[in-house]
Amino acid sequence: MSIATQEGVTGQDHRVFVTGCEAVARAVMTAKPSVIASYPITPQTEIVEKLSLFIGENGSECQFIAVESEHSALSACIGASSCGVRTFTATSSHGLLYMAEMVHWAAIARLPIVMANANRALGSGWNIWADHLDALSLRDAGWIQFFASSVQEVYDTILIAFRVAENEGVMLPAMVNLDGFLLTHINQPLNLVDDDLYISEFLDDLKMEHALNFDSPHTLGTLIAPTDNYRVQHDRKVGMERAKTVIREAEEEFLRLFGRAYSPVPEYRTDDAEVLLVAMGTLAKEAEEAVDIMRFRGIKAGLLQVRQFRPFPDEIIDILERSPADTIVVVDRNYSGGCGGILAQEIKARLYSADVKREIVSVIAGLGGQDISAEDLVEIVKIRGGEYWWGI
Amino acid sequence: MIEVRFHSRGGQGGATAAKILGMAAFLDGKYSASLAVYGAERRGAAVVAGTRISDSEVRRYSNLKSPDYVVILDPVLVEIADVTEGADAKTIFLINNRGERPAALEDFILYSVDATTISLDLGLKVAGTPVLNTPMLGALAKLGLVKQNSLKKAIRQTYSEPKNIKAADLAHERVVRVQNRRFILEESEEFAEEVYETIEEAV
Repeated sequence: MSIATQEGVTGQDHRVFVTGCEAVARAVMTAKPSVIASYPITPQTEIVEKLSLFIGENGSECQFIAVESEHSALSACIGASSCGVRTFTATSSHGLLYMAEMVHWAAIARLPIVMANANRALGSGWNIWADHLDALSLRDAGWIQFFASSVQEVYDTILIAFRVAENEGVMLPAMVNLDGFLLTHINQPLNLVDDDLYISEFLDDLKMEHALNFDSPHTLGTLIAPTDNYRVQHDRKVGMERAKTVIREAEEEFLRLFGRAYSPVPEYRTDDAEVLLVAMGTLAKEAEEAVDIMRFRGIKAGLLQVRQFRPFPDEIIDILERSPADTIVVVDRNYSGGCGGILAQEIKARLYSADVKREIVSVIAGLGGQDISAEDLVEIVKIRGGEYWWGI
Repeated sequence: MIEVRFHSRGGQGGATAAKILGMAAFLDGKYSASLAVYGAERRGAAVVAGTRISDSEVRRYSNLKSPDYVVILDPVLVEIADVTEGADAKTIFLINNRGERPAALEDFILYSVDATTISLDLGLKVAGTPVLNTPMLGALAKLGLVKQNSLKKAIRQTYSEPKNIKAADLAHERVVRVQNRRFILEESEEFAEEVYETIEEAV
């Protein structure tokens, strides 16, 4: 394994220079799953390669199941998870949609599977570059969804996701999204956690009351009549509501143990901002640079990074209620055909029910890997009106 | 923040060069990020990769548009790729050739190193072709971007073949500043004038 460490520079040897894919694989190995089933797809492939390598090198007890499709990958995880063991899978784009049927199944079955999804556009017209519609087209499936903005963040979020998904009150699968190529393939510095500290202090052993058990035989996922199906769906809603608190607790504990702070909607220079940018994934990190450029030019701009998309964070309303900004420019790296940018829709809906009046500008930018620079974002902030497609 | 752009052909190691440079800067204690602009590339196609180096977190993911350094692994790319895109009078070019100044780089600061010959002499080849990225990085380190020791450590962590280190060291010694073409022209004009005057005197 060729790993650069920065010994003697930072005084710690747990700092490496790696890709987003490798960061995901390292976080997964730290969480010590029992079963990984995954099928390689660009730009997620390196995650699968690195996991295979780490399992082979370290003599791990983890079972890596080489499957013939994404549908089988998630099905294998569902089978393993039903037996009460920790599971992980990774996919992207068409791979995610190929497993879509099982994505819904895993959530209703309350199986705490963790997945990394490399956000990539959908065909027709093959495009392997960053786009959020793959994950967002499964936003209603009942998975917890995070969108990471850096190599460090995707690593830490995977570590947090296992704890949240496996919480007894939550028991829901979690999807950690990273932008295809932009984040999967970039190399950045990464601070590693202490593996032993993580296992002993942060992540408890998985306890699943509904796991299949030879001593107390029962079945899972059989026929549910109309008299009960809505109850099962309501139970899942309750789990998702609890997840909001459990995620906050996990983030606070992560800060205490490992020193890095996370929240559902991180803010950047928002206090006196007159205009706010809202974005997800790497666009949000690039937007920090844009905010600094605007501040330097005397424009009071700020940024909200929507890091937690499901459950949709209530915090966003509190932030917007106290913000002096009258204009909110929402940048969507996705488009819902016949309706609009999905993040903009979600924010509008919540502002309406909270009775907060702000001008929401919806900008569609970065689809299928369209290059969006900090300078582009400075121009995007000036846009006014209902919906605008950058570059058209 | 310093931005370095690498122009190479698929298979020449341009993307790996960007990664090694980022790793070397990281070992120097800096923040860095290495990226490749991925397209429908295959062996032989023109490809672009980049490294950003900074004293604070690198927050950019977009393509490099105003490079401080441009490294050209294959000199023929000057004619077929837009190697000067976003470059200005301060941009430093480093090219793999024998000290010639291509017409497209007439107005730029230019350094040259014969990476091809260095690797051929060392027998440093992969799939029958000379390795270009490690000598080019050795030359780049000479221009002050990263410490040569950090670079060698990063190369060692990437490639097991020790000749890569030797190639980086040789290129570090051999890289030269290519004189400005205009300056050369002015000099030759003066020389021509002197000759003319001598002839006139003789007549």
